[in-house]
Amino acid sequence: MREIKYVDAGVEAIQEEMRRDPSVIYMGQGIGPREGNYKQSRGLWKEFGEHRVRDTPISELGQVGLGVGAAMAGARPIVDIVFLDMIMEAMGQVVEQAATIHYISNGQIKVPIVIRAAMGTVRSTGPHHSRCFYSWFAHIPGLKVVLPASPEDVKGFMKTAIRDDGPVMFIEHKFFYNKKGPVPEGEYTIPFGKARVLRPGSDVTLVAMSLMVGKAIEAAEILSKEGVEVEVIDPRTIVPLDRETILASVKKTGRLVIADEAQAFCGFSAEIAAIVSEQALEFLNAPIQRVCALHTPHPFNGVLEAAMLPSVAGVVEAVRKSIRG
Amino acid sequence: MALSESLVLGLYRSMVRIRLFELKVQEVYRSGVMPGFIHLYVGEEAVAAGVCESLSQYDYVTSTHRGHGHAIAKGIPMGPAFAEIWGKPNGCNGGRGGSMHIYDPAFGFLGTNGIVGASVPLGAGAALAAQVKGSKQVAVSFFGDGAVNNCAFHEGVNLAAIWNLPVVFVCENNLYATETPFAKVTRNTDVASRGAAYGIPGTSVDGNDVIAVYQAAGQAIDVARSGGGPTLIECRTYRPLGHFEGDPGIGYRTKEEIAEWKKRDPINVLRERILADRLATAEILDGIWSDVEVEVEAAYQYAKSGPDADPSSVMDFVYSD
Repeated sequence: MREIKYVDAGVEAIQEEMRRDPSVIYMGQGIGPREGNYKQSRGLWKEFGEHRVRDTPISELGQVGLGVGAAMAGARPIVDIVFLDMIMEAMGQVVEQAATIHYISNGQIKVPIVIRAAMGTVRSTGPHHSRCFYSWFAHIPGLKVVLPASPEDVKGFMKTAIRDDGPVMFIEHKFFYNKKGPVPEGEYTIPFGKARVLRPGSDVTLVAMSLMVGKAIEAAEILSKEGVEVEVIDPRTIVPLDRETILASVKKTGRLVIADEAQAFCGFSAEIAAIVSEQALEFLNAPIQRVCALHTPHPFNGVLEAAMLPSVAGVVEAVRKSIRG
Repeated sequence: MALSESLVLGLYRSMVRIRLFELKVQEVYRSGVMPGFIHLYVGEEAVAAGVCESLSQYDYVTSTHRGHGHAIAKGIPMGPAFAEIWGKPNGCNGGRGGSMHIYDPAFGFLGTNGIVGASVPLGAGAALAAQVKGSKQVAVSFFGDGAVNNCAFHEGVNLAAIWNLPVVFVCENNLYATETPFAKVTRNTDVASRGAAYGIPGTSVDGNDVIAVYQAAGQAIDVARSGGGPTLIECRTYRPLGHFEGDPGIGYRTKEEIAEWKKRDPINVLRERILADRLATAEILDGIWSDVEVEVEAAYQYAKSGPDADPSSVMDFVYSD
């Protein structure tokens, strides 16, 4: 299969959807002639023009607010926030408007908006360019939340997100943008709510998303040499969540470790732990382990940043702890 | 401009429909059977009536927490609107929204809103969709003086300006945001002058003179529809009632001030003009009033007869699939 970059898989998806459907528009800061901070809109302004690919001022609230209004009136906007951190400036539009209108209008008004942003730490990206807020959106009824961890997922999920009739938070990871991976030729979509088992294993279930997927695989390879076979599961979409795949794995392995680049407290890892406690407690042979960021803002200093973030070594240690019971 | 009988009577009827609807809602609310918070539009009817006169059913409106008047003027039938405010399943959006979340896409009505300022970017966004589709639809965004110091106003108007969107921004400046005087929280109280900050026309009109509102809005709507971009219209008006039903509306303003504005009640202002200019007789105007009383009573009966919700529907429509 051909290999393309994560960032280019997103471009391809948007390009195909914009060719297919004239109501799809794309707006964001610097996504016009500049083609985006990460070249995430390469070629789109040239092909579709400034009527459909719109550079915005630094107005996150306005971008999302206009996107919601446009979606209510029949357009399918993709709003690019670039850095997920900046979505905080637009939270009211996301939560009170985008997420709420379909329900409160008694299903009469659809809000097909994709809000695209990249999260996570690369190297000293600091407190305002590193955050992993995704569980906040999952907490809000009405939002779908997608975290693609491969170029193949970026393309298939972006196309599904654009075609979805409701608001979708499409959260990429900055670290992945220039990484290549296999992507099928031609058009395809991937349905939301289907986890992927990246590595089968019989001893421990390890749930990881986004950047932590790669770290989980690395940890699993180290542990395999010790004779511990880890089953790595990437839920891929938090809303809707594929509970069944996670529960089936835990019932098989009897052990659960969750690796999350966000903080543990009230986070996604807590939700997975709660679901397994509620629905598969009797299958657990050891306490659930969580490997997450420490409860601090993101420090700039590299040593402190590394100390704050979950690591491969941390995942390995958590799995060993789970095995020891 | 020569005023036709049909125009002035249409505007008169539109204002009377809002007034009598609101007074009936007030009566029912005070009787204790209607839940939630409500903010009545009494006294500001000239704005909704004057603006919506130039809109078609397919144009868009985004509205505020004080939005019953916009909903009625935009054409949502009174019965489903009344039932919605009452929280009944026979409301125009199933009673799921209530007073501050009235939606009816069949009339381009994209919502009253519980968040001050939200109507500005949403209205601009509806105009963006119209521009992308090339549909010739126009959006009107209503908001109060309380919204103009909010980020949503600034970002929404600026984006509409740079993209030349077919939207009209209508500020209902009723001088108070809840109990806070506009002048106390705003150094430049000339809202219309803010248009210059965004490079768009800004105009101020007497918001209790429905003819003045109609003329200013009609012109701005024509400009928007023909590709001329957005306009900011400040309608200077007043809220003779309290902020919400239950607020006595005094203490933060004088009785004299309220009495002064009541003398300029928008329905009376138009009635006097119609009679002075001999555009219609008092009998005709009184006949409109009686017709509307009948319509409001029917709307009330419709809303009252609505059953309560089926609890099994609570999870419907969270997601669109």
